[in-house]
Amino acid sequence: MTRVAIVNNGLSNLDSIFRVLQECGANPFVTSTPAELQNATRIVLPGVGSFGKAMQNLRETGLADQLQEMVVTDGVPFMGICLGMQLVTQSSEEDAGVSGLAWVDAKVKKLQTSSPTERIPHVGWNEIFPSDNVPLFEGIPAGTDFYFVHSYHVDCGDVTLPISHTPYCGDFVSAIAKDNIMGVQFHPEKSQKAGFRLLNNFLKI
Amino acid sequence: MQAVKVYNYREVDELVFLDISATKDKRLPDFSLIDDLADECFMPLAVGGGIRSIEDVHQLLKVGADRVVVNSATVDVPGLISDIANTFGSQSVVVSIDARKTSPGNYEAYVESGSRPTGHTPIELARQAENTGAGEILICSIDRDGTMDGYDIDLIKNIASSVSIPVIASGGAGNYKHMKDALDAGASALAAASIFHFTEQTPLEAKDYLQSLGIPTRRSFK
Repeated sequence: MTRVAIVNNGLSNLDSIFRVLQECGANPFVTSTPAELQNATRIVLPGVGSFGKAMQNLRETGLADQLQEMVVTDGVPFMGICLGMQLVTQSSEEDAGVSGLAWVDAKVKKLQTSSPTERIPHVGWNEIFPSDNVPLFEGIPAGTDFYFVHSYHVDCGDVTLPISHTPYCGDFVSAIAKDNIMGVQFHPEKSQKAGFRLLNNFLKI
Repeated sequence: MQAVKVYNYREVDELVFLDISATKDKRLPDFSLIDDLADECFMPLAVGGGIRSIEDVHQLLKVGADRVVVNSATVDVPGLISDIANTFGSQSVVVSIDARKTSPGNYEAYVESGSRPTGHTPIELARQAENTGAGEILICSIDRDGTMDGYDIDLIKNIASSVSIPVIASGGAGNYKHMKDALDAGASALAAASIFHFTEQTPLEAKDYLQSLGIPTRRSFK
């Protein structure tokens, strides 16, 4: 069985992602230590909370270095969810001056409304429009709804990074991928059947 | 628990679980019950009732709540909303405001399950909530709650036009048209209970109805 590490950065709802991965047939475990993380064949970094606090926690625990080695050097498949996706970028407007994991060429910016009916945070179900032939979105057609709760979005310097976008606040990048590094701005663990499908895809990559 | 399974099966968009007498009865949130509910709940789960401290919030998120709903403590525990927002992010805190009509066009906010007047208008509390970092307002009409006579449209308009964060309308939904009216009044989302518990109407039909009027709703994923 796939041993999926769910990285505990101290602030998240970890139970939901744990349950869904379990239902998908994986063998998830929650870890907050670099030593335990070593046992993983897949890594999920969930996240609520603020960018600065989460980065501080990852660095103080030594998880940031261990993640770097496993994901960037060894190529273990990685998925960041919501804040977890934002943490792989260089920085965030949420906490200026704090460096992210900086695995990809992108920065996190605050959403800006583009019409009077839009409100921030962006809360609720919204459509995603995946790029063609993305393994993570296999069997998930354009226009599928996923659950979002966020005020910030990933602004990509690397134009090959985005693998899906969502028409809200102009149009924002709702998922990214670079080799084994994947990130989704929405919450697959809260997106019922569509979320199960996406996580099943991740487990097969 | 059975209700959670049914709602999960019926693919409601979000479950709001409120223990409305917790604060009044001086109880903490029932963490072990929430833990069990969350395990069967593969949609977003917001939990409220009895939240008094940042530790309560941490514990609720840990057992599987995605967001917390704070009512009485917004007036009783100064600084709690900003503490939650700073620690867990604005998106994790919903401030619920229970409003009672005092005279035509005038409302007062109540806490402790609608039993204790705050001396504040709902608009004052909504603005304060936004300023202290709340991610959403759940506005409930005490007068309409459980009546199925329709949401209090004036109340929703008042609140939605006073803040720029999303507003969830609650209290009074009795048919699908009521839902459309609340959205037209500025609500970003709709909460409903009695209509689904005591009538034949369903969340799916509600979405079909709204969709037919050109209001985007989530479609089921096959």
